[in-house]
Amino acid sequence: MKVSMTVNGRLVNGDVEPRTLLVHFIREELALTGTHIGCETSYCGACTVHVDGEATKSCTMLAVQAEGADIMTIEGMAKGDELHPVQEGFWERHGLQCGYCTPGMIMSGAALIAANPSPTEDEIRHGIEGNLCRCTGYHNIVKSIEYAAAKMRGETPPPADWEEVSA
Amino acid sequence: MTATMSQVGGIVRRKEDPALIQGRGVYVDDIKLNGELTAAFVRSPFARARITSIDTSAALAIPGVRAVYTIEDVRSLGPLLAQIPIGKLRPLLADGVVNHVGEAVAMVVAENRYQAQDAAEAVLVEYDQLPASVGLKFSATDEVKIHDDLDSNILHTWVSHDWWPGVFELEDHRPAIAAAKERDDVVIVSQEMVNQRLIPVAIEPRAVLADWSHGYDRVTLYTSSQIPHAVAGAIAKTFGLPVNGVHVIAPEVGGGFGCKLNVYPDEVLVCFASHKLEAPVRWTETRREAGYSTIHGRGWIGTATITGTRDGEILGYELDALADMGAYSQNFTVAIPVLGLYVASGQYNIPLAWSVKCVATNTQTTDAYRGAGRPEAAYYLERAIDMFATEIGMHPGDVRKKNFFKKEDFPATVPIGLTMDSGDYVTNLDKLLESSDYAGLKAMQTQARSEGRYVGVGLSTYVEVCGFGPSILAEFGFGWDGYGLPSSFSGSGLVRINPDGSATVFIGTGPSGQGHETTWAQIVSDRLGIAMEMIRVAHGDTTDSPMGIGTFGSRSAAVDGAATYEAAEKVRSKASELVAHMLEASAEDVRFADGGAHIVGTPGHKVTWAEIAEVAYKPHKGPEGMEAGLEAHAVFSPGNATWPFGSHIAVVEVDVETGNVDILRYLAMDDCGNVINPMIVDGQLHGGIAQGIGQALFEEAVYDENGNLLSGSLVDYPLPTASDLPMFELDRTVTPTDVNPLGVKGIGEAGTIGSAQTLVNAVVDALSPLGVKHIDMPMRPKKVWQAIQDAQEA
Ligand code: FES
Ligand code: FES
Repeated sequence: MKVSMTVNGRLVNGDVEPRTLLVHFIREELALTGTHIGCETSYCGACTVHVDGEATKSCTMLAVQAEGADIMTIEGMAKGDELHPVQEGFWERHGLQCGYCTPGMIMSGAALIAANPSPTEDEIRHGIEGNLCRCTGYHNIVKSIEYAAAKMRGETPPPADWEEVSA
Repeated sequence: MTATMSQVGGIVRRKEDPALIQGRGVYVDDIKLNGELTAAFVRSPFARARITSIDTSAALAIPGVRAVYTIEDVRSLGPLLAQIPIGKLRPLLADGVVNHVGEAVAMVVAENRYQAQDAAEAVLVEYDQLPASVGLKFSATDEVKIHDDLDSNILHTWVSHDWWPGVFELEDHRPAIAAAKERDDVVIVSQEMVNQRLIPVAIEPRAVLADWSHGYDRVTLYTSSQIPHAVAGAIAKTFGLPVNGVHVIAPEVGGGFGCKLNVYPDEVLVCFASHKLEAPVRWTETRREAGYSTIHGRGWIGTATITGTRDGEILGYELDALADMGAYSQNFTVAIPVLGLYVASGQYNIPLAWSVKCVATNTQTTDAYRGAGRPEAAYYLERAIDMFATEIGMHPGDVRKKNFFKKEDFPATVPIGLTMDSGDYVTNLDKLLESSDYAGLKAMQTQARSEGRYVGVGLSTYVEVCGFGPSILAEFGFGWDGYGLPSSFSGSGLVRINPDGSATVFIGTGPSGQGHETTWAQIVSDRLGIAMEMIRVAHGDTTDSPMGIGTFGSRSAAVDGAATYEAAEKVRSKASELVAHMLEASAEDVRFADGGAHIVGTPGHKVTWAEIAEVAYKPHKGPEGMEAGLEAHAVFSPGNATWPFGSHIAVVEVDVETGNVDILRYLAMDDCGNVINPMIVDGQLHGGIAQGIGQALFEEAVYDENGNLLSGSLVDYPLPTASDLPMFELDRTVTPTDVNPLGVKGIGEAGTIGSAQTLVNAVVDALSPLGVKHIDMPMRPKKVWQAIQDAQEA
């Protein structure tokens, strides 16, 4: 079946088996492999992308259901050399270890801040409940999102657990 | 370009992260090769059955299907190799019988995943079902013996005073403990407890991709593994190749936790298929399939007993346990309890009698899961200590301190004959009791109780063991000899200064998120004064790297980090000669810093690393007779293991109406010796503690009596989410080791080893006014609620 959509600002077309999941279309047809698969059953959130601005698990949608949609994946978040504040937050606050959940976490974190620019710790924790991380215990993921939210409000991010970050 | 000079002990943002946060990291499933084919497996629906026929004709008729393989095709390759071959080795595909649900019976290879899935469903297998042996206690009776060619389902028994016969002559403490039990001034507490079976669930499922090149007579295998060299050895041995004919690449690995510390049949089978079909072959497990295709961990049931005096002196600790091995033995399977035996008596100078029977059951294989034997050992011991403290009405910290090895006892020999390197347990525990205001927490608990709230404060301490040495342990099985690589668990590092003055560091580890690129660059930057940005750390590639053991057992920094330190020292020594020649000074006066070298006392008198490298690679500019080039390799063989330790406190509130457990605070005081990057060390603790909490509250691999895995999806196997966990309040003491030149001990597993029993101790403390003495994990609401009802009725 023919399908077309906008991905990271670029119009893309494809010819897919009807049962092709959106995540497979993104990874295999578009070769955007930053969107990961951890379960294929909508529990882990590793496949989270933005569909028309909403954080969406791309394993829960068929590619053909995204016809005409505006999709943003992790690869579209940085503007050239400039990281998205949520990406920067994850780097500054050690919000990742193996990095496998990270693209999905960043997409969920960005959507969360867009909807609620000043989230509390509790709101962040509930906001990323649908994204599983096995490495970090979420501690530094919460700190990373707090960092990004502050940055996006134009404020100085709260200090890190440790005293100083060099360079 | 920024130039970050790093010192060991400093916080540096990770070198790994820019790729990963932009979705540009490369995991196995992200790699695509021309003409690749996809495999799928046909799996057994039965826990134990005879296979009467396999009909592949319908599957082969599906367009795009290139092959269907059964044991007939691969029997000549032998069973899957194991490092510790005690028990029944796994056939590459089921051989006449199946022994657990999900065991692979046939492998289908097709042009795409849809064809492969359809074909796997079209393979017709007929079975004669046999009675299954599931449940540790039942299996241990041998009422249903699983393997015809083995004498018993009990594969081995590990006994504390006789664990390595012929090497250690150890005192049997059982008579002394039996005598103590006869005294009339003693208290005996005893409890049967379950340390349940877990599924590791790395968020990246395992993935493999093999490309057998007939032209170059070499196979390349991309695999999500913690032990690339061991996998290369196993593939080479299986196919009769020299190990240099196998190139294993573990690119980014999305979490391991022990489940990628194994050699798997699929790794062998995709190589086989790629050879036969002359095309690359891939396989990626689905999450549901992972419950059948990747190892499980833990799975013990045992009775812990403490005999002691009313003033808190422990006269004996006994554990009598059964440990679930699953149907087949893989990498370390039967050896996992030995790692528990290492720390069986914990931090305590007490008599020990420990016996763990390794039992085969008709379930998936168990093997190393974060901590591997040590969380189980710590769990039984620390639960028992807590019950003993409660029984004699003593402060749980005081009971522990009374029986601890004291600072002056180190190096301290434990009952199983091993010597612990360094420790200062009393200081560590006191610091946590003080910083947490333990007395204040208990006062808060009293206040809460008066308001009808059930708040509990749980304490646990632990010692663990990392970086296994000395090399003689290779004769016990600590090496990769089983995979055709005679070796011990030593570490390796190669530091190369390139002609432009940048450095490449090759290491033999297989990280899966531990930040080795950053940490190792710090070690080298610290020694050589090269900017972090100018150092590239290469790992996970068996052609690039020197022989490496891999990443597990919290060994990497303490062993491979030490090797890299020594390699950097060798480079430094030669570079000092070069600089001395360039600046006409004495080599002893050369100092490395800020991207180059200078002469002590005259910082202006300096050269850059690019200038040093040029002289190294143009010998006519260097000292007469010096060999050109600038690189060094070092192998570090530790003289002992390292023994980190720590103390944890959990504060919980239990809703007695629902049984729900809420973690109010979690505090930890860990001691892993010197710290290279505190940010990374704390991150390891966060994740480790979360996994211990996961075991305590949520996770359990459940089999029904027919051997069906009831918790194969993430719905039935709940992992902790962000809203289940608190912020972790971490602090540390620093007791360096002299086992390695960095003074580091290891931190990968400490959080997990210290935490599960801390949570159980806290919940039991909360519910003690209701008469609850013990609750088995996972402490899900229903079980907690039931424990309250049972205690009230008793
Ligand atoms: S892969 Fe989509 S939620 Fe797990
Ligand atoms: S960083 Fe590994 S799963 Fe989150």
